[in-house]
Amino acid sequence: MTQLHREVDVVLVGFGWTAAILAHELTQDGLEVVALERGGWRDTPTDFPTTHAPDELRYYWRHEMFQETAQETQTFRNRRGQTALPIRRWGSYLPGVGVGGGGVHWNGQTFRFLPSDFLARSHNEDRYGPLPDDMTVQDYPVTYDELEPYFDQFEKLCGISGQAGNLRGDIRAGGNPFEGWRSDEYPNPPMEMTFSQHRFAQGAHDMGLHPYPGPSANMSRGYTNPLGVRLAPCTYCGFCEKFGCGNYSKASPQTTILPIVMQRPNFRLRTYCDVLHVNKDRDNTRATGVTYVDAHGDLHEQPAQIVILCGYQLSNTRLMMLSGIGEIYNPATGEGQVGRNYTYQVMSGVDVFYDDAYTNEYIGAGALGMVVDDYNGDNFDHSGLGFIGGAYIACWTTNARPIENQPVPEGVPEWGAEWKSALRKNFLRHTSLSVHGASMAHRENYLDLDPVYKDRYGRPLMRMTYDFTVNDRRLSEHITPIAADIARGMGGREIKVNSLDSSYDIWPYQTTHNTGGTIMGASPDDSVVNRYLQSWDLHNLFVMGAGAFPQNAGYNPTGTVAALTYFSARAIRDQYLRDPGPLVQA
Amino acid sequence: MQQGHLGRRSFLRGSLLGFTALVMPSALRALEFGGANMPWSAGAASPPYAGITDARYFAASEYAMVDAITARIIPSDDTGPGAKEAGVADFIDHQLAGFYGRGQRWYMQGPFPEPLETQGYQAPHPPAELWRTGLAALEQHCRDNHGAGFAALEDDTQDDILRAMEDGEIDLGSTNAAQFFDFMREMTIEGFFCDPVYGGNRDMVGWRMVGFPGARYDYRDFLHHNGASIDMPPVGLMGRPAWTRQ
Repeated sequence: MTQLHREVDVVLVGFGWTAAILAHELTQDGLEVVALERGGWRDTPTDFPTTHAPDELRYYWRHEMFQETAQETQTFRNRRGQTALPIRRWGSYLPGVGVGGGGVHWNGQTFRFLPSDFLARSHNEDRYGPLPDDMTVQDYPVTYDELEPYFDQFEKLCGISGQAGNLRGDIRAGGNPFEGWRSDEYPNPPMEMTFSQHRFAQGAHDMGLHPYPGPSANMSRGYTNPLGVRLAPCTYCGFCEKFGCGNYSKASPQTTILPIVMQRPNFRLRTYCDVLHVNKDRDNTRATGVTYVDAHGDLHEQPAQIVILCGYQLSNTRLMMLSGIGEIYNPATGEGQVGRNYTYQVMSGVDVFYDDAYTNEYIGAGALGMVVDDYNGDNFDHSGLGFIGGAYIACWTTNARPIENQPVPEGVPEWGAEWKSALRKNFLRHTSLSVHGASMAHRENYLDLDPVYKDRYGRPLMRMTYDFTVNDRRLSEHITPIAADIARGMGGREIKVNSLDSSYDIWPYQTTHNTGGTIMGASPDDSVVNRYLQSWDLHNLFVMGAGAFPQNAGYNPTGTVAALTYFSARAIRDQYLRDPGPLVQA
Repeated sequence: MQQGHLGRRSFLRGSLLGFTALVMPSALRALEFGGANMPWSAGAASPPYAGITDARYFAASEYAMVDAITARIIPSDDTGPGAKEAGVADFIDHQLAGFYGRGQRWYMQGPFPEPLETQGYQAPHPPAELWRTGLAALEQHCRDNHGAGFAALEDDTQDDILRAMEDGEIDLGSTNAAQFFDFMREMTIEGFFCDPVYGGNRDMVGWRMVGFPGARYDYRDFLHHNGASIDMPPVGLMGRPAWTRQ
């Protein structure tokens, strides 16, 4: 028997960054909002205080912060025709679970996409001619200028530490000269850089590049955000990504919004509630609410006037498929939108080893780094290169956690006496550069439902079909050697280049930047949601997150995800509540 | 309040009540936070738990093999203590006796066809079973081809066998040798570098070997090290031996 709840104005599915932002924005107008989170409540003093937080085995290797694959996973294959097999233990990416979602265990690298990233098709075709037919790249239906106030709002919420490079058109030394215009400075100054960043900045500067401090959600000083919530200075402990911050030094829903939202009388949070599907009315024009399972295995129905999917991109996309909303993409015909334009991130890197200098990289923070954008987006001339998009090159010093990092030079075996000796010599005398590349959409990279494997409720797992494309490989082949040149200028003994030279492998960790699948666009013929993240099919259904990206840029996604969320919240408050219906006419 | 703009609310309720029951809010209190029911609580914390008990999984013969294998992956030599001194076999023994050994958080439903190299862990066994099956097959291989069990073989022979496993050149029947080797290596590294609370990294020998200061939480005084060595003794979640009166 399904237990029926009283109808509310808004139900939020999942309770990470996007849901926390929406809960705050929408409760301001007096709407009654309920959030359903499949994991439990988590907070700093109870779940990751400083006395427990620096525990590499527990949080990373035993997945304390991540979804259990037993609860939800995907099947994976590189291409059509192969048999997809389930991801049994997470590797390449690490979806979060619990209150705060991935916002608890992220690094805090908080970028804005470039203005041209939002015009990936039109801008590149204007400059370089038509794209290949199999590149299903398309423009975002929203521009950088429209999102600028919301980037600014999120940066102030989080207390981002950084240095402006383009203040209302005025190019500032020391910042990123390629960035889109900013209406204001970063709310906090950059973090303190360490030895490795100084060497990187010197090496990049010597090559005529433009190093700037990575925008960081780790606090460079104590900060009180516009909601009145206070964050503490970062202590550079080196336990950021994959960990909760015990110090209140990393912006997360817990440290920026939840202390306010939880006390709003018109907000309720229910934990251990796993949403099974979105319910629709008989005419297929409106969502009527959601059905979920609670911790006891009992079924519930939560009716709502507005349903907003706020889970991770992979969960949101699957929930659309399982709810029968829209048509699932078929690469053979090119028809269907749900699951189309799945993209990721194209990563490579360079290690630098020193003889005499100690990098001491255990002194680090998730977003402590220097970055160059000279080869990101369309900041350089792509004529004759055969690819579009770019990558940032950065020297982040995030950590030297020893289960995760065993830096040894080229040619050293992976175990035994020689490995041990090399590790002992190099562990504290090593740094690395990352090349963080854009991932352009391709008609053969997509998500759909698996025909074989089922979850614990007997519902199909989602199937991922993905490999690096010609564009990805050319991009990486062009930019990785530039990173190697910077690395050679950093005064080390030797470098090691880690190229992207094989098929996408689901095991080694790369990034948790899965994007696309519920993409935003100009019409129902090219997308799942409109520019306000409103479903084309059900006007009272909104889908947040990086699933909205038509393709991924060469940056970490959270800044853009949050800006799109605020943009959507503004449209719901100003337009939708006044006149519920499609905000864009199809 | 703008909810009036959202239209009528009664349209659904009538039809749904036919097969559902309306729950009273009191029945949901345990799951629901908000209003007077805030989730935060004072004086409560969630300490480490995974594998800190004394529970064990291996039989004595298996334990001896694991001790020998991990001692080749991270040997004791003139660069310092290795896996044996760090208690890596004990660490693995404790881990496999718990939720990790059971693969409790993993999706373990079949079928299990031959995987692509890019498809990650596809053994039909959760970790504890993988070790048991793999160790038995490896022991049989050693007796068949080298006339003795793994633990009794010379160091060089043991290294050759492990290298062949790593390269997938040994047939261990239903166990994928390369995948089993990778898993053994991974858990050896975990046991060498984990917090000592989990039974490995005994006396912090792993952290001392590489110079990792452990579970410290504030390095602001050292940000401007400028490439100099920082000599800092490691600390675990339970402190360090020098803090405890003997």
